[in-house]
Amino acid sequence: MMATPILQISGLTMDFGGIRALNRLDLEVHAGEIVALIGPNGAGKTTFFNCLTGIYTPTAGEILLTPPGSTKNVSLKGLKPNHVTEKGLARTFQNIRLFSQMTVLENVMIGRHCRTKAFILGAILRNAATRREERQIVEMSYAILDKVGLAHLANEFARNLPYGAQRRLEIARALATEPFLLLLDEPAAGMNPQETQELDRLIKEISTDGHSILLIEHDMKLVMSLSDRIFVMDYGKKIAQGKPSEIRSNPAVIKAYLGEDVDA
Amino acid sequence: MLGFKEIKNGLLVSLWFVFLTFPLMVVKVDPVERIVRWRWENSLYVAIGTFAVFLLVKIIIQRRSRNAAVDKEAEQKKESFIHRVLASPRQKFTLIALLLAVAIVFPLFSSSYQTNVMTTALMYVVLGLGLNIVVGMAGLLDLGYVAFYAVGAYSYALLNHHFDLGFWAVLPIGGGLAAIFGILLGFPVLRLRGDYLAIVTLGFGEIIRLVLENWSEFSKGPSGISNISRPGLFGIEFGLDGAIIYIYYLMIVFMIVTIFIVNRLQDSRLGRAWIALREDEIACQAMGIDKRKTKLVAFSLGAFWAGIIGVVFAAKTTFINPASFTFLESAIILAIVVLGGMGSIVGVIFGALILILLPEYLRALSEYRMLAFGAILVAMMVFRPQGLISNIRRTYHSDKKFPSPTQQ
Repeated sequence: MMATPILQISGLTMDFGGIRALNRLDLEVHAGEIVALIGPNGAGKTTFFNCLTGIYTPTAGEILLTPPGSTKNVSLKGLKPNHVTEKGLARTFQNIRLFSQMTVLENVMIGRHCRTKAFILGAILRNAATRREERQIVEMSYAILDKVGLAHLANEFARNLPYGAQRRLEIARALATEPFLLLLDEPAAGMNPQETQELDRLIKEISTDGHSILLIEHDMKLVMSLSDRIFVMDYGKKIAQGKPSEIRSNPAVIKAYLGEDVDA
Repeated sequence: MLGFKEIKNGLLVSLWFVFLTFPLMVVKVDPVERIVRWRWENSLYVAIGTFAVFLLVKIIIQRRSRNAAVDKEAEQKKESFIHRVLASPRQKFTLIALLLAVAIVFPLFSSSYQTNVMTTALMYVVLGLGLNIVVGMAGLLDLGYVAFYAVGAYSYALLNHHFDLGFWAVLPIGGGLAAIFGILLGFPVLRLRGDYLAIVTLGFGEIIRLVLENWSEFSKGPSGISNISRPGLFGIEFGLDGAIIYIYYLMIVFMIVTIFIVNRLQDSRLGRAWIALREDEIACQAMGIDKRKTKLVAFSLGAFWAGIIGVVFAAKTTFINPASFTFLESAIILAIVVLGGMGSIVGVIFGALILILLPEYLRALSEYRMLAFGAILVAMMVFRPQGLISNIRRTYHSDKKFPSPTQQ
């Protein structure tokens, strides 16, 4: 028998008024896996991420998160985004959402927020515990920046980074929250081939560090190279799932992407 | 230099101004003699004046853009003079010591009037720093900030009037009450942003003022509360002149404490959360920051300073009525924050000193002083839209070294 999946989604449904954006979606991610979610534009992939991370509350269905090495699961349904992050699930955004007026390092330091405690009194008194905590935040943020190759730019403004670096900074910021499951929403969008290659390496590295990854991506080369399993969505429904080799030859997937042959 | 096009535009602009000012500058009705005087010469002056100003501004803008193209680096250096002073600990210390020395001897060499004006300016520095938490750092546009100021002032006035409580006893109560009102305002506006938030806070400010104006049994209405006791010092009561100097020194201490605390807040985990909230609310939440808590803390901490200064205000003037807490006050405090530079502590201090002291010292220009004041504000926003002194983000360094990959 396989271990319990760290993320188990069953019957996830999201309605916007009369439009059913997600239709009874089932999906699971096991510890250490890289799972890709693909599908044509408008298939509901980002809506799916937003439901998972608490930005939307799903109409129906269940989202269960089981931290690795634990048997107790928690339901993410209806939780606020910040509580979802506290549970160990962090995400990046399709359209980059960095804190552009803050430095690169501060962006990562924000990620440490939910794992640290200092509050008003700590900030004003700046006692030993607060100083120690600040020190740890800085050191850890530097270490994470070093991993994504941005440590030398730590004190630049985030808005001044080149595009590919901004994408990597988003990943660094998400990693700072200590997630065991990382959701990447089109991490390679707008990257040039060399940047995509670096990203491929980075994601594999993060995966070996023990993070499970669920990603949305349109770059098929990257998806095929990275993923252990692929889920394909269209019109809010799952139309296929399986290993990259199976997906490549799946007729339903080809139909969704290229359209149906019309016999005259 | 200036081409034909600029001169043509200048002529058109001055004609337009002549037309606009025609009823005001040319036509004069003399009600005694029952005739209309036509002062045509005035329109000539308006035309010449407008034309000259127009050309002058054009020349300045041309020169600026040329300079910027030639030497952008130098411009940037000049701009960050104050930043450089602050960056070097020795220069910073010298500057602070110098300012402190001037501040301490100031009342000994100036009249009560001057000291009083300076005390008011210091009060606005603290108010500006308080609002800076809400608007500058957390990015929540609050147009009803004066309500918290009123809460502080009225809590001292009423507690002093009914229960004879002293200044020092009410100081924390006033601040605390204002902070509670901050949370009360914060709850309903948690979901709002930008314009909508501004409208609701504006309404909140007006509600507080109207309640104070109309609930006469509680606040004595528009006639206000008089004979509020001045602050004492371990039982010592001061005369009028003594009290003015005492409150001045009190404000110096309050300002230093406020700067110290706000500075620490800004560089803390909480301060970073505020700035992140200002930058991107959704990303901020996705990074695990509790939006609700962070916003409420910003509102209540900001209100706390307003409450404290409200108590000082009531003690300083010994008389308060709702007329002191109009929307104009909120607007001035907001202008201090925006003019000084959003989120910048040094900027807010400069902004407050300029906005409060300038109208006082422009009194020499008598009836033109508000005009001059307005012109200076407009000029400020044209030439430095980011505020007097923009905020610099703190840099952090690791114990380890991370060389840039190209240098390896």
